[in-house]
Amino acid sequence: MSSSSLVCAHGPLGSSFAFVPQVGPEALFKRLSEVPKLAGVTPASRLESRAAPETISSGILEIDNLIGGLPRGCLTEVCGPACSGRTSLLLAAIAAATQRQEVCALVDTNDTFDPHSAAAADVDLKRLLWVRCCDSSWRGQGFNRADKASLKTRALVPQERRNNKAEGAVEQALRVTDLLLQSGGFGLIAIDLGDVPIKTARRIPLTSWFRFRRAVEHTPTVLLVISQQSCAHTCASLLLRLEGEKLSALSYQRSVNAHFGNALDSIVRVSRAEEVFANPGTSACEVPNHAQLLQGLSIRAEVLGSRLERKPVKSDRAAFKTKMFWAG
Amino acid sequence: MLSRQPARRRCYKLIADSDGYDRPTTNNQRLAAAMPFACIFVPDFPAEAIVRTEPELRLQAMAVLEGKPPLQKVFALNEKACRAGIEPGMTKLQVEACTDLVLRSRSLLQEAAAHATLLDCAQSFSPRVEDTGCDTLLLDLAGLESLFGPLPKIACEMARLASDLGLEANVAVASNADTAMVAARGFSGVTVIPAGEEADRLGGLPLDVLFGGLSDPDHKDGAERLLETLHRWGVRNLRSLAALPEIAISERLGQEGVCLQQLARGATSRTLVPFDPPLVFQEAVELEYPLVLLEPLAFLLQRMLNQLCARLAARALAAQELRLKLELENGWQSEDGEIKTFSAALNPELPSGRSAWTGEGTRPHTARGLFQRTLRLPVPMLDAKVFLKLLQLDLKAHPPGAPILKIHLSAEPARPRNSQNGLFLPASPEPEKLELTLARISGIVGEDRVGSLELLDTHRPEAFRMQHFAPSGLKHDWEGHDFSRADKPFTFVVPSGLQPARDLLFRLFSQPGKQCLDPDQRSGNLQPGSPSQETGNSSGAVTALRIFRPPLHTTVTLRDGKPKHIVCSKREKVQGKIIWLAGPWRSSGDWWEQEGWARDEWDIALQSEPGIALYRLVHDLLSGCWFIEGTYD
Repeated sequence: MSSSSLVCAHGPLGSSFAFVPQVGPEALFKRLSEVPKLAGVTPASRLESRAAPETISSGILEIDNLIGGLPRGCLTEVCGPACSGRTSLLLAAIAAATQRQEVCALVDTNDTFDPHSAAAADVDLKRLLWVRCCDSSWRGQGFNRADKASLKTRALVPQERRNNKAEGAVEQALRVTDLLLQSGGFGLIAIDLGDVPIKTARRIPLTSWFRFRRAVEHTPTVLLVISQQSCAHTCASLLLRLEGEKLSALSYQRSVNAHFGNALDSIVRVSRAEEVFANPGTSACEVPNHAQLLQGLSIRAEVLGSRLERKPVKSDRAAFKTKMFWAG
Repeated sequence: MLSRQPARRRCYKLIADSDGYDRPTTNNQRLAAAMPFACIFVPDFPAEAIVRTEPELRLQAMAVLEGKPPLQKVFALNEKACRAGIEPGMTKLQVEACTDLVLRSRSLLQEAAAHATLLDCAQSFSPRVEDTGCDTLLLDLAGLESLFGPLPKIACEMARLASDLGLEANVAVASNADTAMVAARGFSGVTVIPAGEEADRLGGLPLDVLFGGLSDPDHKDGAERLLETLHRWGVRNLRSLAALPEIAISERLGQEGVCLQQLARGATSRTLVPFDPPLVFQEAVELEYPLVLLEPLAFLLQRMLNQLCARLAARALAAQELRLKLELENGWQSEDGEIKTFSAALNPELPSGRSAWTGEGTRPHTARGLFQRTLRLPVPMLDAKVFLKLLQLDLKAHPPGAPILKIHLSAEPARPRNSQNGLFLPASPEPEKLELTLARISGIVGEDRVGSLELLDTHRPEAFRMQHFAPSGLKHDWEGHDFSRADKPFTFVVPSGLQPARDLLFRLFSQPGKQCLDPDQRSGNLQPGSPSQETGNSSGAVTALRIFRPPLHTTVTLRDGKPKHIVCSKREKVQGKIIWLAGPWRSSGDWWEQEGWARDEWDIALQSEPGIALYRLVHDLLSGCWFIEGTYD
């Protein structure tokens, strides 16, 4: 032991727990190469790096500048709380893919997809396969049909049973994703877990994500997962976190009063309201509601993890804005 | 009754004598000069039609029974049964003593399907086909040598194709139709008779071959009398008949005898009567015992699909639609006269051999039901495995509900799809795989929960319709473009990996009014390390709405007619003071119908833990209820 370059380190209680090199790593490699069984073994740190995967546009310039685009053959996870722009990014990515004439699939775990938003985002709906996984008793196609019987029956369902339903929907989503990945030929497959409770999403076994990662590997498919918190863990090649502008209610109201015309990023506004504010005797609170418009969201994006070879170009954060679409 | 035709070998065999293959040049020239005809003949056709659906019977002795019980008699049999001493006309009681003999009832449905198969086989070679009999077809081979090769090769291909379709047939080629027919009935395997050698080649055949294919009882009786007369004269084969003086035959047997002699000499000449069969691809199986489980049904469907696909392939066609029709037993009549119905027959969960119905009946009820399923395929396909899996998934989702007595399976023919996509187009799912995937997904989430969607032309909320997802039917941007127009410049996108083709295309299309762009500028592909500045669009992201289905029922507190505070019992996060709102946006429609709608929409902001949450609040003016319809995300 005295002549060895490895020493046994001891824990606080005197138990050995690891071998650590006493001298530099070069001496360690030399020592390892002397062992016949380890002569042909290449240390992991000296393995050849993989070629960078091909990336495609996410449909948002700021996101492309931040992450270099969505990598093909990889699992990309976008997480964030509600109203953080996850769905906007999802629609932008699907729109960009369908405009490239690729076939996309959306596994909608909670049946929250809005076709009108997708159409406004220039999604070619005929190239989008929509799978509605939610095992809800409400199967109506119209708003008015939902307000009576279905709501009553839903109200009678206890919370625990609803959680079981959510788990059933997640299980459906995983099985459907498996089938879609095996089918092949899709340019983008998106799993929307955005409204799945965090507890339920965390119960998804890691083996499922490993299987997805292996299935999508070496294919031109982009596997995109939308969730509230990261649930794919190390299986995600790219982890992106989105969040909206953090404006408190007070500051927000102040900003409405003080800078109605230009200050607000997150929400709001304008139109004919400026004319109202041009009158010095009018306050912001007297602005009629119908004179205000929701113009869009201001989103911040942050790269939490990336297993890709290429690092982010400038910074690991970016911001972008979304805009509302109007009917008619 | 006519005696059986000479023993024939079931397996395909070429008579490789010196006249057939060994001297093809001179004989083929002589045949071609004499307008060659071919005959396809299936011996023991009723037995062969059953063997076609049950190929394992080919290795066993099998007899086909006809008649009503208990007066069933042997109608047809294969060669193994013939060797075992079974003869046509024996009663069922007699043949049941033979333990190795397999008995089947005659099935006209299967004979019709086998005849249609034979027609498909013939039509795949020649458009001029005469439907001489249920087991005999005549073809005009004039001009086909340049297409398929020499005549022996054509005959061999015919026999091989018939064998692939499940029918072991004799094929004969001769310079006239009747000689080909007599040769096909007399010789097993493939026979090629050169012109001028008809009498010599046919001479050794017995007289029975001249009377084959007679189905009319009167004609049969006349043929038997004539055959008996010839036997009394000592005429045993065609050579003896051909050698008789023609005038003496005319005096004793009339014109019928002269015609028989002409047939024996191979010297007849007649015009072929072409038959143009309709393009109907249908297979049917009549079951002796009702099928209760889906698993044995799948085996039968597999055989039928294989035969259908082989028939379609013989015509160079594919299936656009599959129609499955099952004849069911609706109920059983018990001994006390009460009709009992089935509760859940054909339950896929039941173990094999276990009855699925509740009523215990003794004899079948006469009323029968029909169960039909139609599989419409997005593109023409020709894959029996895919069809079988699609049918299995469909039947699993929609079980017939009663035991099955008959199975009819038909295919709507269509031209095969052009499987070659554009060189520069992105890959898309294979239609066969995609159909299977969609069927499996439908089994998981429900049939109406998967597909592409189509927006309806109305302002009613949630106005969309689910459609079958078929991306292969979509046209690409370059399709339909008039490249001949020079007034409007067009762009051409070339992948970066195809540099030589790219340069060539650039040279080809670098003319005034046309331009070639770099593919990365159009396709949106980003190279690592150099994100394109033109693909992303900072103002292109649309604020998406996430719909709550069903919408969340909400209690709203109003102040001055505006929502000020909401409480949603279903979601704890969606409640509190409204810190900002915009609206109302009023809309209504369909008020002239029963399902009219009228509502006010508000965009509201609530304070939440991570920041501000935006929701769409809806006031249903008809019911007076408030709902949270969705959240902006």
